[in-house]
Amino acid sequence: MEFLGLVNYALFMGIFICIYALLALGLNIQWGFAGLFNAGIAGFFAVGAYTSAIVSTPPADGRLGGFDLHFVFGWIAAMLAAALVAWPIGKICLRFRSDYLAIASIGIAEIIRLVIKSEPVLTNGARGISSIPRPAGDLAYMESQIAYLIIVLAVLIAAYVLVERQFNAPWGRMMRAIRDNEDAAKAMGKDVEFRRLEAFIFGAALMGLGGALFAHFNRSITPEAIDPMVATFLIWIMLILGGSGNNRGAILGAAVVWIIWSVSEIATDRLPHEYAVQAKYIRLFLIGLMLQLVLRFRPEGLLPEPLRGDQRATKSGADPR
Amino acid sequence: MNLFELLNFYVVPGIVLGSIYALGAVGITLIFAILRYAHLAHGDMATLGAFIALAVVTSLGVSPYVALPIAILGTAAVAVGIDKVFYEHLRERPKIVTVMASLGIALMIRAVVQVVWGVDTQTYTRGIVRPEDYFGIRIRDREIYTILAMVALVGVLHVFLTRSKWGKAMRAMSDNPNLALLSGIDNKKVVMLTWVIAGGLCAASGFFLGINTELKSMMGWHMLLPMFAAAILGGVGRVEGAVLGGLIVGIAEELSVLVIPSEYKAAMAFAILLFMLLVRPTGLLKGKVL
Repeated sequence: MEFLGLVNYALFMGIFICIYALLALGLNIQWGFAGLFNAGIAGFFAVGAYTSAIVSTPPADGRLGGFDLHFVFGWIAAMLAAALVAWPIGKICLRFRSDYLAIASIGIAEIIRLVIKSEPVLTNGARGISSIPRPAGDLAYMESQIAYLIIVLAVLIAAYVLVERQFNAPWGRMMRAIRDNEDAAKAMGKDVEFRRLEAFIFGAALMGLGGALFAHFNRSITPEAIDPMVATFLIWIMLILGGSGNNRGAILGAAVVWIIWSVSEIATDRLPHEYAVQAKYIRLFLIGLMLQLVLRFRPEGLLPEPLRGDQRATKSGADPR
Repeated sequence: MNLFELLNFYVVPGIVLGSIYALGAVGITLIFAILRYAHLAHGDMATLGAFIALAVVTSLGVSPYVALPIAILGTAAVAVGIDKVFYEHLRERPKIVTVMASLGIALMIRAVVQVVWGVDTQTYTRGIVRPEDYFGIRIRDREIYTILAMVALVGVLHVFLTRSKWGKAMRAMSDNPNLALLSGIDNKKVVMLTWVIAGGLCAASGFFLGINTELKSMMGWHMLLPMFAAAILGGVGRVEGAVLGGLIVGIAEELSVLVIPSEYKAAMAFAILLFMLLVRPTGLLKGKVL
């Protein structure tokens, strides 16, 4: 019994790590490779979650849809919708330094939160959308968990392979060039704004997919399902700790941070009630502090960005003989 | 709807809200122009200031207005401390790293407020204050104080920036940091001074929001977007622009309920921000674009 409980918990954690790793990969495209600061991850996450919910749930009264389509269409729609939200923001803000994008992305996350809360026609208001079909959800509990873990793992691996391939391709080299020296990239004839917009939209689409996976796993999505600030921040610390610019780092960071986060939750839940609430905020404080410490003492993260290209040239450049 | 209704229900509250935004936006615009990054913990610093004032009010039993100067000094000290401990060593790195650090600081300050003061809404004083009638315009005392305090604080700051040696040094750093450093301006002092001013104004902004509405741990975070919209609308680096921007954003938010559902009041600031970035990123008074 005890053993089964542990296995169950591990499965649960594994699924969440995969979902967060997908979000961290999305952020890695934006921040790690294009240097774009997105502080509204939770917004894109929510867009993906609700879009997939609307597309794949059976028809319901009083709200848009559902369209009762296969969940795969829901996931594709989630990616498209998140990309569609990202497009105008990127279009307006990417002409400027990333500070402006940071502010605007906080704003878009806030607007999305408002829309979710106050448009019951889209989102069914505070009750949220329930009875979202879960892939392999008809199986017995344990089998269904295992099956879902396999599905999210497959999605994560597919995303990882595609993103990694893209980063080693000329596109990735160009993105890093734009990130590291915008003027030089521009002088080489690269369309900096358009390329940044590409990275921003790809990243947002992955975040939307993460949201969809989350909604299908929970079988429901409500406005309270995630705390925007906490979710956004957790993903940031995952990427920075894991190593921005390194896809394996992003996945490793997601695993490490999520394990710390959920184990500390178990620890604080055992406290008496009057301390439990405070302990929740102390955890938030510590996660903020962790970011400061990583930024100060190990800015490259656990797995630093690999040095690519001609290593000899880099070395001789740094150490003239 | 007659003119007085429009004034009493929309324009006056808009000016009061705008004054509160203006106090925060001035700090944002100074940090943006002198230190050259967007400070995302600004709203939560305002929350901290408001709650420091609350601590003074509840522990000493004094009037909130007596607590304000203490809150201003306290928050200014905290701002300088945060800069020394967390931001200073990031100065040589790309500025966006500091923006990221400030997002973490926002979370940390809010967590401190939530641990120390809890998450329930609180107020400085109990009871309902009825507005008084001045020739048909109804306005509460505290609203008058808010507007006057904003004008006074910004006025003092303006004189400081234009007349005093250190004020001029700050403006020089904003206009041309290399030239300013070459001419012997002490960068460290300018940075510290910027944080003292920004922190103090933050506290004032949070305090007046608290006294006109109520104190919540999320109050400052929700002000962040309007404050940035105000700073960019006025022109980054322009103090008078930030005040103008703050007032416009405040009034626009209050007037917006006439045309859009009131739930979307907060979206007004965002719309203004995007519109300005689209058509005139330098702002109304021709500020900087970083």
